[in-house]
Amino acid sequence: MIEFKLPSLGADMDEGTLLEWKVGVGDTVKKGQVVAIVDTTKAAVDVESWQEGRVHQLIAEIGQKMPVGTVMATLLEAGEIVPARVGADDTATVANEAAPKPRRMISPAARKHAEEKGVDLDRIEGTGPHGAVTLEDVENAAAARIAPSAEKPAERSADRTADMRKTIAAAMSRSKREIPHYYVAEDIPFARALAWLQATNAQRSMAERLLPAALLLKAVATALKRYPELNGYWRQENDGVFVPVSAINLGVAISLRQGGLIAPALLHAESKPMTLLMQELTDLVKRTRAGSLRSSEMNEATITVTNLGDQGSQAVFGVITPPQVALVGFGRVAERPWAENGELKVLPVVTASLSADHRVSDGHRGALFLRELNDLLQRPEELDQ
Amino acid sequence: MTDAEIRAVALATLLSIAPEVEADGLRGDRPLRSQVDLDSMDWLNFLLGLHEKLKVDIPEADYARLVTLDDVVSYLQKKLGGA
Repeated sequence: MIEFKLPSLGADMDEGTLLEWKVGVGDTVKKGQVVAIVDTTKAAVDVESWQEGRVHQLIAEIGQKMPVGTVMATLLEAGEIVPARVGADDTATVANEAAPKPRRMISPAARKHAEEKGVDLDRIEGTGPHGAVTLEDVENAAAARIAPSAEKPAERSADRTADMRKTIAAAMSRSKREIPHYYVAEDIPFARALAWLQATNAQRSMAERLLPAALLLKAVATALKRYPELNGYWRQENDGVFVPVSAINLGVAISLRQGGLIAPALLHAESKPMTLLMQELTDLVKRTRAGSLRSSEMNEATITVTNLGDQGSQAVFGVITPPQVALVGFGRVAERPWAENGELKVLPVVTASLSADHRVSDGHRGALFLRELNDLLQRPEELDQ
Repeated sequence: MTDAEIRAVALATLLSIAPEVEADGLRGDRPLRSQVDLDSMDWLNFLLGLHEKLKVDIPEADYARLVTLDDVVSYLQKKLGGA
């Protein structure tokens, strides 16, 4: 029997509220399949299952608030058979693959009302005699589904913004309390990168053009391959231990229009060509702002990148998102005076910074990482291979 | 299309990206991105939206000319073959 538990949806999330089940009892679940939608203080998140099986029981109820780690459902592994229990409510479990679904008792009025209201009868627990679904059960289920939207949208938005602020405050306070940050920065000439982007984009349709952000993300992912001590998690067990991660999942800090920010992950950025990275970044920004993220994007970032963009400040020195151990920041690309070989000229320059955990790495390695980033951005064409 | 019609399309596109914007409060002669918080992804999506609605291609080399809403309207008018 597999226990499907509410996963952590980011270091700053310790509870969630079940909004919707995307599977029913008896359904087959594949790896990566979205099985539920859970509301957090930051977004409604599509929660994926990373195990395969057949849904045996849906334990969590719609609207239930639960801490991370709560068993939400149970799944049967392939070939697993659960012995029938005398007196058990067969309607809530699937005994085995071959067993026919028992017929449910549903009053005609309840069935008609469910059709009118679009209520899924399989999701309702009957309270009538022998578990029969009554008209009242359907009305209650319909009301429960409608209830959240009865709140005024502006109030809901204000509540979410306030909750998100608290969540960010808690995570960042924890970070500054527990993580001994160090900071290094490097001014990077960006003329070659911009020239390459312009030449590349001139060959592309508008929808396929690259932003400097895609190039910067690719450069970070590539540079991190040689600096594994910046990519992973600090675990508290045994007085603290660093766990490097081979996949480079870049948490991208995305500001929300109503305030606050979320840093979902671009997964396996190191192995993706820049065009794909740009497509995924566009999609990620769109879905983040629409409140439609997946659990793997919320809890698998191995490092965060914050890019202030062309409207931002010259440099940013970020706060590390625990349990990660580093954050890379980019200020805006702007023309600045630049001295080189005894000559002074004007160049587009971007300031890259690294905030890193001194328990895991030292400033020397951090500086070398930024130097590597600089070198890579002087050869942008190689990053696209 | 008239300038007013192009401006209406531009504002509708802008509002689809930044729904909190109050269109009446926008000054056509002031830099758009200093009045509306648009990051580079928003700006790209704004231009892409104009491209899709008006079937006008906007080369990246022209982005720097599009600073104010008036600039955008004037640029699109020329691209559409108007005055």
